[in-house]
Amino acid sequence: MSETSKHHRIRKVRTHISQNEGLIFEKSRPGSRAFDLPPSDVPEIPVQELLPAALLRTDDLEGMPEVAEPEVVRHYTRISTWNYGTDTGMFPLGSCTMKYNPKFNEWAARLDGFARTHPLAPEVLTQGNLRLIRQLEEELLEITGLAAISLQPAAGAHGEMTGVMMIRAALAARNEPGRKRVLIPDSAHGTNPASAVLCGFSVDTIPSNERGLTDMAVLEKRMDDSVAAIMLTNPNTLGMFEENIEKICALVHERGGYVYMDGANMNAMCGVTRPGDMGIDVMHLNLHKTFSTPHGGGGPGCGPVLVAKGLEPFLPYPVLKQEADGQIRLDYDRPQSIGRVRFFLGNFGMMVRALGYIRAHGPDGLRMATETAVLNANYVRHHLSEAYDMSFDGPILHEVVFSDKRQQQHGVKNADIAKRLIDYGFHPPTMSFPLIAPGAIMIEPTESESREELDLFIDAMKSISAECAEDPELVKSAPHWARLTRLDEVSAARNPVLRWKAGK
Amino acid sequence: MSNYPDDCYYTKDHEWIRVTGDTGRVGITHYAQESLGDVVYVDLPKVGESYQSGDPFGSVESVKAVSELFIPVSGEIVEINGQLADAPELVNSSPYDEGWMVTVKFSNTGELDSLLSSTEYEDFIKEGKL
Repeated sequence: MSETSKHHRIRKVRTHISQNEGLIFEKSRPGSRAFDLPPSDVPEIPVQELLPAALLRTDDLEGMPEVAEPEVVRHYTRISTWNYGTDTGMFPLGSCTMKYNPKFNEWAARLDGFARTHPLAPEVLTQGNLRLIRQLEEELLEITGLAAISLQPAAGAHGEMTGVMMIRAALAARNEPGRKRVLIPDSAHGTNPASAVLCGFSVDTIPSNERGLTDMAVLEKRMDDSVAAIMLTNPNTLGMFEENIEKICALVHERGGYVYMDGANMNAMCGVTRPGDMGIDVMHLNLHKTFSTPHGGGGPGCGPVLVAKGLEPFLPYPVLKQEADGQIRLDYDRPQSIGRVRFFLGNFGMMVRALGYIRAHGPDGLRMATETAVLNANYVRHHLSEAYDMSFDGPILHEVVFSDKRQQQHGVKNADIAKRLIDYGFHPPTMSFPLIAPGAIMIEPTESESREELDLFIDAMKSISAECAEDPELVKSAPHWARLTRLDEVSAARNPVLRWKAGK
Repeated sequence: MSNYPDDCYYTKDHEWIRVTGDTGRVGITHYAQESLGDVVYVDLPKVGESYQSGDPFGSVESVKAVSELFIPVSGEIVEINGQLADAPELVNSSPYDEGWMVTVKFSNTGELDSLLSSTEYEDFIKEGKL
């Protein structure tokens, strides 16, 4: 077979000139610069005479790149063309909810009044911003059915830990220090046990049943007076709704425990059902998932934590308080508060974007977004179920987990399928997660994708499955069309080179 | 050599233990190293720490995932395989010999009875209930 005919099924992409580009350090030439100052018209004084020695830098600056302006611009523009994001195409990374970030929200967050407010500006000058925060709080409380909220946490896992800290504070206030165990289903997010352990609890893992849901018989056996809380993800990491959620809440409450819900998958429930109505005591949201604020760069993010009435006194301070005159003030008089978890009021720019998303959709629009996300996942599932095995059979919501079991017969593993998908012009799905699903291929299309894009993706996945049988080596050595072919991840992990050094 | 030597006991969490007197050497099985893929880091406990059977005592990181290690029997860690710090690939190339992880001194020899034999473990893997 010729090189091109091997790839005859690839429709979405073509090979394309991709500029080679070294590191900016390697482009450095002594004396190159992006500016030219006029001659000084005052006498020059050595900097050592102006500043104390302690303030002068003595470490080696060798290797700092010296580059002219066009080179800098070209360097970053070139490497930006190697990027892949939701602005380029479908990004089916399960569990991460890579939905499109509407440009309207970016415009709103850049308005001077929002973007240029100094975080230490007095309340009297920031009433508009405070009103925006208050409005977002109210919208999120209505969406979740809970009683109180803090927007301080900077990310989902941070919100989660804040929630567990509140549970710890509430147990201390109840004088029940003996509650030291946190129950966590094995289908939960990995950050759940981490948050529990950081707060001093021990973790007791509850297995899933053969349908991928929490095993109620085991839960009943393990639930006793030493349990502080259960932390569960709903819908869980298999994209399945915990259909016993009300029973789970009743069982845990009966024995005096709290129910923490990881709300990372709220995009499968938003506008349809509410955690507060199910009996949840604490939860977090990820604004970058459900409410379309940007992922990326590790932040800044926003992971609001929401609580039922009984836990309100323990919220981080300050909380927003509307006075009789209509003014909003920051209330620090919260004797039972766990304290601050973040400087100022959190990452305000994310709040502007999330409110933009919520207000642009309205209640019906939010519900429609949820229903479309669920429909898209089920569409992918339906069309790929002939080519791939499902890890667990059962109704799914916003994401679908396949396994590589059938393709393994040809010696092809899930990671190979992911690499080959790059040749077809798609970002790979999430691999080998959740851990309870061996060889997992976790696909979350989100509501952002059109039927045309979904069909292209489905065709690509079907085609790869056919290649696994016809020419497994082609898949195992993929990607072939990318700038770089298969990388040596093992050497990279065992001998990481984390920074550039001059002359090496 | 068999992929599951019959001089070891096995757990459903894919650890093996090879007994000598009142101590046992512990590692992960051929099946475990193969499922994990190339191991890049092994996090081991300190000598002198004590665990109850089934407790996590460390973790193993591959390019795919980080997985916890569970101690097959209760007891005290008397030795760890320091070689794994520089050569984690031994877990892949020699899971039952050079890739061993810790030696544990039992506090209750009776616990060995509840572990699997090599044939039982092989059947367990074949059933695919993992």
